[in-house]
Amino acid sequence: MTIESFLQNLSNGISLGALYALISIGYTMVYGILRLINFAHGDLVMLGAYFAFYGVAMFVLPWWLAFPLAILFTTLIGIVIEKAAYKPLREFPRINLFAAAVAVAFLLENLAIVIFGGRPKAFARPAFLDQLLKIGNISFVSYTPVIIITTIVLCTVLILIISRTKAGIAMRALSKDIETTGLMGVDTNRIIMFAFMLGSALAAAGGILWAIKFPQINPLMGVMPGLKAFIAAVLGGIGNVWGAMIGGLLLGVVEIMLVAFFPQLAGYRDAFAYTILIVLLLFRPNGIMGEVQAEKV
Amino acid sequence: MTILLKLEAVTKRFGGLTAVNKFSTEIHAGELCALIGPNGSGKTTIFNVITGIYTPTEGQVLLGGEDVSGKRPDLITGMGIARTFQNIRLFKGLNVLENVIVGKHLRLQSDPLSSVLHLPKYQNEEKEMREQGLVLLESLGLDHFAYDEPTSLPYGQQRKLEIARALATNPRLLLLDEPAAGMSPTDAEGLMKFILHILDYFDLTIFLIEHQMRVVMGICPRIIVIDHGEKIAEGSPEMIQNDQHVIEAYLGVSDHA
Amino acid sequence: MKKISRNHILTFAFLLVFIVLLILAQSFLNPYYKRILNLCAIYSIFAVTFNLVFGYTGQFSLGHAGFAAIGAYISALLTLSPEQKAVNFFLQPILPVLENLQLPFFPTLIISGLGAALVGALIAWPALRLRGDYLAIATLGFSEIIRVLLVNMQRVTNGALGLKGIPGHTNLLWSWGWLIVCLFVTKRLVDSSYGRAMKAVRDDEVAAEALGVNLFKHKMMAFLVSCFFVGVAGGLLANLISTIDPKVFQFFLAYQIVGITVMGGMGSLTGSVIAACLYTIFLEALRPIESQFTIGSLTIPGIPGMRMVLFSIILLLVILFYRKGLMGNSEFTWDGLINFFNKRKKKPTGYSSGGTQS
Repeated sequence: MTIESFLQNLSNGISLGALYALISIGYTMVYGILRLINFAHGDLVMLGAYFAFYGVAMFVLPWWLAFPLAILFTTLIGIVIEKAAYKPLREFPRINLFAAAVAVAFLLENLAIVIFGGRPKAFARPAFLDQLLKIGNISFVSYTPVIIITTIVLCTVLILIISRTKAGIAMRALSKDIETTGLMGVDTNRIIMFAFMLGSALAAAGGILWAIKFPQINPLMGVMPGLKAFIAAVLGGIGNVWGAMIGGLLLGVVEIMLVAFFPQLAGYRDAFAYTILIVLLLFRPNGIMGEVQAEKV
Repeated sequence: MTILLKLEAVTKRFGGLTAVNKFSTEIHAGELCALIGPNGSGKTTIFNVITGIYTPTEGQVLLGGEDVSGKRPDLITGMGIARTFQNIRLFKGLNVLENVIVGKHLRLQSDPLSSVLHLPKYQNEEKEMREQGLVLLESLGLDHFAYDEPTSLPYGQQRKLEIARALATNPRLLLLDEPAAGMSPTDAEGLMKFILHILDYFDLTIFLIEHQMRVVMGICPRIIVIDHGEKIAEGSPEMIQNDQHVIEAYLGVSDHA
Repeated sequence: MKKISRNHILTFAFLLVFIVLLILAQSFLNPYYKRILNLCAIYSIFAVTFNLVFGYTGQFSLGHAGFAAIGAYISALLTLSPEQKAVNFFLQPILPVLENLQLPFFPTLIISGLGAALVGALIAWPALRLRGDYLAIATLGFSEIIRVLLVNMQRVTNGALGLKGIPGHTNLLWSWGWLIVCLFVTKRLVDSSYGRAMKAVRDDEVAAEALGVNLFKHKMMAFLVSCFFVGVAGGLLANLISTIDPKVFQFFLAYQIVGITVMGGMGSLTGSVIAACLYTIFLEALRPIESQFTIGSLTIPGIPGMRMVLFSIILLLVILFYRKGLMGNSEFTWDGLINFFNKRKKKPTGYSSGGTQS
C-alpha cells in the first residue's frame, strides 16, 4: 500500500469514525444515566437526514437553514420520545423500558417507511461539499474535512457543556448515582431531558453528515450506524463521553483499514464491529476508558 | 471456641475512595456479634466483601479456614454464608413459600432434564423442598402467609421473610444487614428477640449490622465499632459504651447523654 | 390427588381431539388457511421462547431472526435433494460435503435446533457472563452478522439468491406438534425449581445470587432452550415457505416477537400463543389496506407498511398503559375454566335467591 492510499483511507476512516462518535455520545449519556439501551437512537439519525432532505428538496430552503431546522425537529422528537415513552416507565422494572425502546424504534422505522416511502432517496450535497480536492497525491471530496471539523466543533461544545455548565455537571453526577443526586436537590427529570436533547441533536447532526457522506437515504439507514455506535460506546467504556468519542473514531478507522488491507474481507465489513464487541466483552468488559462500575447494593 | 469467620486486614477501595481500611476481626462459632457505626462508615461494604459481591482490594476472608475472598456470591452461599439486605429485596413475582424455597435450589440434585420430565427423584426433591419450606415458615410464625404475595405482608413480616429465605440455604453464618431498619423501637425489640430465638433454634452464628447502638446493646454480647472504614473498638457492650473513641466518633463528642 | 388426575384426563382428551382436528384440517382445509395456521404455530413458538428468556428470566434477547435463520438454512440444506441443490447453486458450486447430504425431516429439525443453540451459546457466553443488558445488543448485532454471512458464504448458502425448491415437509401436525412440545418443555421448566430460580433472577439478581442461584447458569439455560426451539421453528418455516433468502430474516422479526410477547403478557405462555395467533391472523386480514382497492368507482391506493405502523402503535400503548397484556402472568388451567363457568352459572342464581328472600 502506498503512503498516499494509506492517508486517503485514513481520512476516510477518520470521517466515518467521527460520525460514529457523534452518534455514540447519545447512547452513552442515556445508558450512563438510565441504564437503557435506547434502540430508537439510531432512528433519530435517520430522521435528521430525512428532515434535512425534505428541507432542501421540498421546501427549497438553503442548506444553512435546512440543516439546523432538521436538527431542531429531531431534537424535539427525541424529547417527546423521552417524555412520552420512557419517563412513565422509569419506576418499573427495567425490562419494560427496554420493550418501550424497541417499540419506539419499531414505530419510527415503520412510520418512516409509510411517510417517506420505502425506496431510497438521493440526498443532494450542497455544492461546496461536493468538490474534489487534492493535497499532493491524495485526493478527497471536500465533505471529508468538513465532517471532521464539524465533529470536532460539536464535540468541543459538548465537552464544554458537560464540564462547565450546571446542567452538565448534574448530568455527570446523575450517571454516578441517580438517587443521591436527586436527593441533593437536582431536578433529575430536567437533567434526563437535557441528556436526551443533547444526544438527539448530535444524532441528527450525525445523520445529516452521514447522508452527505453516503448520499442515499432510506428508512432503515439508522439501524446499522446505531448498532455500531453503541458498540463504539461500549468500546470506549459505556457512560463515558470521552470514551464514546474515542471508541467511535477507533471503530471507524479500524473498519476502513481492515477493508483497505484485506480487500477480500470487504463483504464481512459489517460483521467486524460485532466481533470486536464479543472480544471486548470477553477481555475488557469495561471498555478502553471505562472504570469498574459496581452495582449499589 | 472455634473461629468460624476470619477477616484479615480487609481493604476495599473504589477508585480513590477507601471504604474499608485494613479491617480484621474474628467471628466465633455460635456467637451473636454486632457491627455498628455511623452511616457511610463501611458496614455494608464489609458484608458485601464477605458475601462476594465485592472482591477485597487487599486482605482475606476465611470461612472455617478456607479462603472465600473473591469467590462468586452464589458459591459463598453454598459454603454456608447467607445474608439479608438493608433494603428488603424479596422476589415480587414469587409467593412467600416460593421465596423461601429458592434458597433450597442450590442443594437440588436433579438436573434440568429430569426436572422437566418430572422423574421420581425430582418429584421427591420438590416435595421435600416444599415441606422443609413450610416447616421453616412455621417455625418462624410465617406459615399462614405461605401462599401470599410477599409485598402483601406487613413490613415487619417482610423482614422476617427475608431472614427465613436466608435460613433456607442452611447457612452456618447468617449476616443480617440492619434487620431493624425502619421499625419502631418496640418492633425493633421484638425483632431482636426473634433473632435470639433463631440463633438458638437453628444452631447458628449471627453477625449483624445496626446503626442504632441501643438496639444491640441489650442482646449482643460482643460489638464491633467501625468508623470511616476502620475498626475503632471491639468488645462487650459496657466496654463499647465507655470507650472514648466510640463516644467521640460514633455518638458525637457533645452527645454524652 | 383425584383433582390432578381429572385434569390429566382432560388434557389427554383435549390433545386427542386436537390431533384429530389437526389431521382433519390437514386433509380438508385449503392451502391458504393451512399456511396461516402453520404460521400461527411457528410464531407461537417464537413468542413462547422469547417469553422464557424475557418474561421468566428477565433477559432481553433480540436474536430471533438470526437463530431462526440458522435453523432455516440448516433444515433447507439437509432436506433439499441433490438435484435441487445443483439447480440452486449455479453461480458457485455448493461445498462438496453438503452436495449429497439429505436427511429425513425429523433429524434435520433436531439438528436445526442444536445448531441454533450452539451458536446461541457462543454469543451468550461472553454477553451473559457480564452485564445482562449486553445480551440485547449482542444478539441484535448477531442477527445482522448472520445476514452478512448468509450473503457472503455463497458456497454454503447460495448468497443473496437464497435457496429455492425446499421440499415443504411442514404440515399442521409438524408445526403444532412442535408447538406442543415447546409448550410442554417451557411450562415444566418454568414451574420447576430451575424455573423458580430463573424468576428469582428476573425479580432481583443480587438477591438471587445471595441465595445461591448461579446467575450465568440459569440465564444461559433459559437462553439455550429458547434458541433450540427458535432453530426448530426456523426449520419449520423454511419447509413451509419453500424459498428462503437472507431478507426473510431481517431484525424486524425480533421486534415483532417482542411485540407479540408483550401483548400476550410477560410471563404467560397462554398469552404468547393467543397473541401470536391473533397477530398472524390480523396481519393476514389487514393485508388489503396495503394494496390498492376499489369501493364502487373510488380507487384507494394502499399504504405499504401501514399494518406495521398500527402494530407498533398498539404495542407502545400496551407497554405504556396496559403492561399486563392480554393475560398478565396467568395461564389457562382446567380449574380456571371450570371455575369460570361455575361462576357464570352461580351468579344469576345467587341474585335470584337473594331476590326471593327479601
